Amino acid sequence: MLTRDFLHLTSSAILTHKLRSFLTMLGISVGIAAVVILTSIGEGLHKFIVAEFTQFGTTLVAINPGKTSTMGMSMGVFGTERPLTIEDAEALSRLSFAKSVVGFIQGNAEVEGNDRTRRTTVYGTGHDFPTAFSMPVSSGQFLPDDDPRAPRALAVLGSKVRDELFGNSNPIGKRIRIGGDRYRIVGVMESKGQVLGFDLDDTVYIPLARGLEMFNRDGLVEIDVLYHEGIDEKKVVAGIKRLLKSRHGREDFTITTQQQMLDVMGSILDIITFAVAAIGAISLLVGAIGIITIMTISVAERTSEIGLIRALGGRYSQILLLFLGEAVVLSAIGGVVGLAAGIGIGQLLSLMIPALPVHTPWTYVVLAEVTAVLIGLAAGVFPAMRAARLDPVEALRAE
Amino acid sequence: MIRLEEIHRDFQVGDQVVHALDDINLEIGQGDYVSVMGPSGSGKSTLLNLIGILDHASSGRYFLNQQNVTDMDELEESRARNQHIGFVFQSFHLVPRLTAAENIELPLILAGIHADQRRRLVGEALETLSLTDRAEHTPDQLSGGQRQRVAIARATITEPTVLLADEPTGNLDQHSGAEVIQTLEALNEKGITLIIVTHDLKLGNRSLRSLEMVDGRIVSDHTQ
Repeated sequence: MLTRDFLHLTSSAILTHKLRSFLTMLGISVGIAAVVILTSIGEGLHKFIVAEFTQFGTTLVAINPGKTSTMGMSMGVFGTERPLTIEDAEALSRLSFAKSVVGFIQGNAEVEGNDRTRRTTVYGTGHDFPTAFSMPVSSGQFLPDDDPRAPRALAVLGSKVRDELFGNSNPIGKRIRIGGDRYRIVGVMESKGQVLGFDLDDTVYIPLARGLEMFNRDGLVEIDVLYHEGIDEKKVVAGIKRLLKSRHGREDFTITTQQQMLDVMGSILDIITFAVAAIGAISLLVGAIGIITIMTISVAERTSEIGLIRALGGRYSQILLLFLGEAVVLSAIGGVVGLAAGIGIGQLLSLMIPALPVHTPWTYVVLAEVTAVLIGLAAGVFPAMRAARLDPVEALRAE
Repeated sequence: MIRLEEIHRDFQVGDQVVHALDDINLEIGQGDYVSVMGPSGSGKSTLLNLIGILDHASSGRYFLNQQNVTDMDELEESRARNQHIGFVFQSFHLVPRLTAAENIELPLILAGIHADQRRRLVGEALETLSLTDRAEHTPDQLSGGQRQRVAIARATITEPTVLLADEPTGNLDQHSGAEVIQTLEALNEKGITLIIVTHDLKLGNRSLRSLEMVDGRIVSDHTQ
């Protein structure tokens, strides 16, 4: 039998029962659409979180006080016996691979300026912060390279704090009070939005030493080392470890590389993507059962036709292929419709809810269609074999 | 051309073995016109199915055009049915979703004949059986006689050597039945071997040779 004739016979059988064929295809379409939508959201989430993590660059290493084996996002460990100090940060900045080193202290304080008050997050940090975290200032400058132990009382505002306190007026040079101390504003940061739930615009940056004093802490929350590209991450980690061990006498700190964070996050996100795909797969299973049911009914209804085809010289394999073909065509068309619906709904969702990350990779599209065809094959095998194995004499009597 | 040697066909029905064909020895030559008659359950249709290679003998040997059918595998049997045997059934067995032309075309499609050649052969068959104006009609748009003529066209489109007709007029009125018989006899005159299974004595007596079956045995073999 020629391929064209095979397709004609298959499609004519499908078109004879339009409603039944449509409903069968619908089962697969819904399944494929569910898989595509759910995996698109999962993949979008994956991409979104990875982008959030890597927006500060991938050559970043975080050092936190305290020895912990926990991987993932730094929570900051306070109360270590040997805190991380400004001197540690200075020593780290002298390492050959260090591009910039930024210490951190974080707290919450009341900021007063322009006759307004706002309680907000205050970061104590160094002048390399914009370089290390790719966060440029929109006006003025960032904190200058003062003596880290005795810096001037200067502050840089996040864009939201600027808006809240000063509106559209230029705050550069104006005085504000942070935690009761007077500061002069030297710059305003560019808007960065939210990163993993933290509003980076609702912040004020002050020098590290002043932050330690303001929040009455004797150690830094974190030191971030940005190293030159092309240098082996292992060498960077070893270099930092060697230096800090020599300064602290033992390993009482935790080094977390960007890659470790991404690996842990990636494995969690892979599980989430797999889980949502599995939920979609249940819909596909229902679609497959629909195909088996309809094809079994079709074989029963067309028993006489099967007998006739055998009488006219049709082979076992031809009958098998005809019925398998019907199942595959039904599922393949259902798959295409499901893909279109899934991608369409995904796009609609991202338009309606811009915050919801949706991303449909082409590999998923191809994989979903291949899955649909395979489901058709698997679901069609049993009814098709039943049709092919019918005794032609009995089949002809069936009318 | 058709030679059956000591053919037995047994069926197991519960604990009992039913001998549908019991020691059948038969020879039918090229171009013969044979009718098979007998009461219901006498084995007529079983004999026809066996000659049509739709069924297999429990024992004995069957030769078709000097080929031992008994030794054929599934592929060879299908090819033999497609190329050497045509079937005409009482209930026509037309595929309802296909047009008259497409129904006639089916054996050629199964044989893998190219579309151009198929179109030509189907066109000729439609013309021969005066069905050209019904080519695009589906079976439900045809009369009983037309349906059976479409079935005859389908049975003969591959130019088989044997035409097997099982009660070909059973579902037709007298006029249509007479037309169908004339068509079948015309084909026989052109050289096709015609074997008709019928209850109709009048139809049976038209053949040159008539076989009578009782309880799976040929009890009379009469040539006019």
